Amino acid sequence: MKYASQAVAKPYFVAALALFVAQILFGLVMGLQYVIGDFLFPHIPFNVARMVHTNALIVWLLMGFMGAAYYLVPEEAERELHSPRLALVTFWVFLVAAGLTVIGYLSVPYATLAKLTGNEFLPTMGREFLEQPTLTKIGIVLVALSLLYNLSLTYLRGRKTAITSVLLFGLWGLALMFLFAFVNPINVVRDKFYWWWVVHLWVEGVWELVLGAILAFVLVKVTGVDREVIDKWLYVIVTLTLVSGLIGTGHHYYWIGLPEYWQWLGSLFSALEPLPFFAMVLFAFNMVNRRRRDHPNRAATLWALGTSVMAFLGAGVWGFLHTLAPVNYYTHGTQLTASHGHMAFYGAYVMVVLTIISYAWPQLHGRTAQGNRSQVLEMWGFWLMTVSMVFITLFLTAAGLLQIWLQRMGDTPLPFMAAQEKIAFFYWLREGTGVVFLVGLLTYLASFFIGVKGSPTYAEMERH
Amino acid sequence: MASFFSTSAARNMFYGGTLFSILLFLGVTLHTESVLPQRDQRAQIATNPAIAAGKRIWEENNCIGCHTLLGEGAYFAPELGNVYKRRGPEFIKAWIQNQPTGVPGRRQMPQFHLSERQLDDLVEFLRYVSEIDTAGWPPNIEG
Repeated sequence: MKYASQAVAKPYFVAALALFVAQILFGLVMGLQYVIGDFLFPHIPFNVARMVHTNALIVWLLMGFMGAAYYLVPEEAERELHSPRLALVTFWVFLVAAGLTVIGYLSVPYATLAKLTGNEFLPTMGREFLEQPTLTKIGIVLVALSLLYNLSLTYLRGRKTAITSVLLFGLWGLALMFLFAFVNPINVVRDKFYWWWVVHLWVEGVWELVLGAILAFVLVKVTGVDREVIDKWLYVIVTLTLVSGLIGTGHHYYWIGLPEYWQWLGSLFSALEPLPFFAMVLFAFNMVNRRRRDHPNRAATLWALGTSVMAFLGAGVWGFLHTLAPVNYYTHGTQLTASHGHMAFYGAYVMVVLTIISYAWPQLHGRTAQGNRSQVLEMWGFWLMTVSMVFITLFLTAAGLLQIWLQRMGDTPLPFMAAQEKIAFFYWLREGTGVVFLVGLLTYLASFFIGVKGSPTYAEMERH
Repeated sequence: MASFFSTSAARNMFYGGTLFSILLFLGVTLHTESVLPQRDQRAQIATNPAIAAGKRIWEENNCIGCHTLLGEGAYFAPELGNVYKRRGPEFIKAWIQNQPTGVPGRRQMPQFHLSERQLDDLVEFLRYVSEIDTAGWPPNIEG
């Protein structure tokens, strides 16, 4: 850590990991409800567990992005953060808002929460991933404004690098697109059209810029490769991202009442969406192979390589599987969508946040890297979580294919619930694998407490 | 990457490519908005206030937390974009009123305590959605 104000990243990282645990626990509840339908009913109905699962994910990833930004912008800009105090106040506002929202989800029926928070005055609730009360959404906007004010001033007054330029472009885009969360026409077609401007343009647009910037930052640090080379790669990756991803929004526009030309636009452009992820794999492996030093934080390097590969598989390959309109006609809204969602979020966003935490955490504590024992545990966490996510994805893919066959393709299509009962076997396998994921997460968390001291010395290496 | 391709060229490609994509996306959006009235049944919304009321009920009970609507939402319970055509209005109302079934081990839908008026509004909303032109999706009535 070079600047004292980078320390504001710490609480963001801690809160992110705490919410990660909550996300996984509620995921296990949902997974069990898929096979034991009345599990915890009526105390935690499926829709409530799902809101906590998805909203906790979104908030902890945002916490991770914010922590990453507060950590890396001062270091890149070569000056202290404009206002560390504001960053800390913002953290508490965000945490309390998120906490109150989750308590609201769990303690009262959703309709009561809508009434209590005055949804009628500006109705924005009850849409997937945007379930938060309108008041929480306004809070999110304020948090984003505070973040952008703080980071932009730091950026403008300091050294401007490709990494911070792309990161800030991504964060401004993130805040801007979130404003569409307040657009909720009665007209369902238009509602859905603009809903994707938040959801798709986040995860298949501006979030990928944040991903690229964080990955590039960690690669600069652990490989010591020339910035010139890394900057070029980063710009190529984010160009591919937005050129494919913006019009690629069209792959959500096939069956929701929009003109048929979206089937062509969406198929053509979204078929290119794996390219930036493939470029990221080449980028990460190239940089590590051409490294000029052997950084003692091997866990961080593993996460950096892992996130590129898993993002390519989850977002790129599993996305491509069902992105073409004639295929999507059968797969739309099935477990196949869920399989893609799980590996894409894990590979692209969970893993990149864990990458920056892995790199920054020892630095925030005055060490170059964690001790050997801690890193071994962290890598066990990496493999347990990553391999179980691969299998969760495969089991959901199997469930999805069967669901499509039974419910949509056969001569005598089965009703939804009849098809669900026939694929329960795969839901059980998924739940079992989910338990392994939890074990991996606990192992990962243990690495923060066990064997952290006694890190190996920093090794400079001459490469010719 | 080759040296003839400089960092500033890469940066210009990023900003240029992004600007071009944004403009193209906005252009197509404008066109889409201009032809939507032929497909999205908006005339119904203007004349039938029950649809707006029904959508609020749909949203404020988080129906999307278990069901899909035109294929979007959660995959825990059946597609409802075409439920009006699959089951008809009376079945939908009776079904909602009789929840939860309490059958052991079976997926349970909560009791939402909707009034007769609210049930009618919700059914009107579902009827309206079932009449949107969705390019022939879903493949069959089971959704």
